[in-house]
Amino acid sequence: MTSTQGALDVATRMGAVLMLVAIVLVFGVLTPGFLAPDSLANTVKQSSFIGIAAVGMVFVLLTAGIDLSVGSVMFLGSLVAGLVMRDAGAGVGLALLACLATGAILGAINAVLIVGLRVIPFIVTLSTLFLYRGFGTWLTESRQLDFPDEVRSFGLASVGGIPVPILIFAAVALLAHVILRHTAFGRHVYAFGNDPLAAAKAGLPVRRIQATVYVVSGTLAALAGFVLISQIGRLDAGFGEGREFDVIAAAVLGGASLFGGIGGAGSAVLGALTIQAVKAGLVFSGVNLYLQPLLQGAVILLAVFLDGLREARLRSLRRRVIRPRTA
Amino acid sequence: MTALLRFEGLGKDWFGVPAVRDLSLDIPEGRVLGLIGENGAGKSTLMNMIGGITAPTHGRMLWRGQPYAPASAADARAAGIAFIHQELNLFTNLTVAENLFIDGFPRRPGLLRPFIDRRAMRDRAAEVLARLALDLPPERTLDSLSPGERQLVEIARALHHDAALIIFDEPTTSLTPRETDRLFQAIEGLRAAGKTVIYISHILADVQRLSDGIAVLRDGRLVGEGPVADFDIPRMIRTMIGRDLAAVYPSRTAPPRGRPVLEVQGLSAPGVIEDVSLTVREGEILGLFGLMGSGRSELARILMGLDPAMRGDARLLGHPLRGGPRDRIRQGLAFVTENRREEGLMMDASIRDNLTLPAIERLRGPLGLDADRIADTAQALRETVRLKAQDLARQPVRSLSGGNQQKVVIGKWLPTEPRLFILDEPTRGVDVGARSEIYGLMDRLAAEGAGLLVISSELDELMGLCDRISVMSRGEVVATFDRARFDERRIIASAFRQAEGDAA
Repeated sequence: MTSTQGALDVATRMGAVLMLVAIVLVFGVLTPGFLAPDSLANTVKQSSFIGIAAVGMVFVLLTAGIDLSVGSVMFLGSLVAGLVMRDAGAGVGLALLACLATGAILGAINAVLIVGLRVIPFIVTLSTLFLYRGFGTWLTESRQLDFPDEVRSFGLASVGGIPVPILIFAAVALLAHVILRHTAFGRHVYAFGNDPLAAAKAGLPVRRIQATVYVVSGTLAALAGFVLISQIGRLDAGFGEGREFDVIAAAVLGGASLFGGIGGAGSAVLGALTIQAVKAGLVFSGVNLYLQPLLQGAVILLAVFLDGLREARLRSLRRRVIRPRTA
Repeated sequence: MTALLRFEGLGKDWFGVPAVRDLSLDIPEGRVLGLIGENGAGKSTLMNMIGGITAPTHGRMLWRGQPYAPASAADARAAGIAFIHQELNLFTNLTVAENLFIDGFPRRPGLLRPFIDRRAMRDRAAEVLARLALDLPPERTLDSLSPGERQLVEIARALHHDAALIIFDEPTTSLTPRETDRLFQAIEGLRAAGKTVIYISHILADVQRLSDGIAVLRDGRLVGEGPVADFDIPRMIRTMIGRDLAAVYPSRTAPPRGRPVLEVQGLSAPGVIEDVSLTVREGEILGLFGLMGSGRSELARILMGLDPAMRGDARLLGHPLRGGPRDRIRQGLAFVTENRREEGLMMDASIRDNLTLPAIERLRGPLGLDADRIADTAQALRETVRLKAQDLARQPVRSLSGGNQQKVVIGKWLPTEPRLFILDEPTRGVDVGARSEIYGLMDRLAAEGAGLLVISSELDELMGLCDRISVMSRGEVVATFDRARFDERRIIASAFRQAEGDAA
């Protein structure tokens, strides 16, 4: 293989990284403020909300499933946290626990419907998207909920100069990476996503594997919601609405495949950073506010298109070559 | 010699219809048993009983002298029986080592117990691979391995699970000759290590080469059994089909008429084929022989418009072939693919839907599709290809035998009135009896004026069927033989000529 081809292969495999670097460089050149340490740090901090949920989504995508309910779980998890603080006088720690437990339970409901009743994930989580939000709307009657100040002092705090949301995001991503790479459960998730039938034949606990990823996704979606709410301090009825698409887009942009078995915790990190860099870059460069969603969509489409090219290239590399290429 | 596995009067009825009857056989430990029989002879049912997929209705099995009645695939695996199928149960996104240890990873000691001990896994995988004399790196991802290497990984997995009996079911179908050789070496290694092997294949020469003993099934009965020395290939065939096979090949009824159907001039695609020229005339059957990986199937895909060509041209009845498969089908091409399960058929759709799909646009009535015409067309096709099926409308293609599936693949093209058929390995996985019917069908297609380009790895088949044979090697057509000058040794020599230079 020639060196140019070698370089091309590296490029196709590292597509997600190059995409992020390119976006940062383009906006950096166009708008000097974008690359300032403060604004870069801010971009990373803002990506942690989508990023944490995207880590959970990667688990689900690895099994060739999907979780459309994450936006509603963010809402309901944060709502429970707010209620135990307001009505039971709980502290931040207990509220966070209540929030995570809510997320885990909502994820478990998805899991039971998908694994127990064998309904396809898309339909189940589309239904629970409405169910969970509907339940929350009924609880709040669409009134907004104010959190006590201690929540914001948690969300806006820094440890050793690093904002708490970034620390949580980093910890979640690292933990997920270790679980996916270095535990039997993690490798089983990959095996299941590659070939569920073969996984069953190999005697893997396929039902438990499939159920667990939805619990993980629910828990991390709730955590993501709490991380954002602890920066805002106020929960309104539309909180988390439509975020499932940002979360899925981030995971896929970072290299997770919708067809299962491909991707990792790094995909969520890369994807979330990329989406946030585009958003921030558009704001910095003063693009018409009403044009920004359209440009974001275009960037996502471009990235997914490049990913398709990458797949085709990898496939052609694996094809049998019959005779050496003639010059 | 003790019997590792013993059948005593074993039988299986499906709703009163026997699939296997009164089968008694000893499988001695440490030997390779070749199991042969036509499709539908009861091999699969027997294997499913051994594998715990179906339970026998009569008789019993003994494993190491103890009654053996597996209730599930897990029971069979626990007893020490492993199956190697054509479709592998491996995970292409994981490494070789991970595939070997997927159901029991080595763990790190102490507090780190939740985590996989990657070093131990790699070392133990290397050990297992070394036992098979395989130089596969344990850390390679499976999707970077060839089909043959993957199969070796599956064998390594069976060994790693301490399987005592390893059953190979048509394992060579997707392998190149070199990979097949390596597989055979691995099987020799298994025998040397005292493992017992059952080898099932339609390729009788392979069965003969590998086996110590032969068992032949026909209509669910054991009709022949003995040491391999007693079974030459004609006897194997005779025992399998219960008659002589002199008339497997049709006597070519109509000689080629002359007008060229397909003319290929200097066709090249870099890295795949180089400067290929050939002609197929009306009524002619042209065979395309070559080792696997010689570019035969790739040429077929290019002619069909599935892959691009860089230079040269191909004409059908004088008109250049253009566009994708859809355009070329309209121009008069028909393609019988080598992967009928994946590419040739919709396995779960009905026979009728499969038969009428290519011509569906001609079966339109004033209000959309005309159900009566579809049913009539399917019925007529069934008679033309002599399909053995119960219910065209309800029976899925999956339920047919390999030979009848292939008749569906060929039959479905007939309503489009193709001028040139490209048939890639048309009798792969088809038993001897059904083969002769497929040959007869091909002969009739040619007699009606179509040209046939037949690709096959079995030279006997091409010599029995074709008017001319072209030989491909490393992407080039290296020789063409007329029927009068067919000579097995010369044809094989030309197929190997360049491949040997390459291997040195």
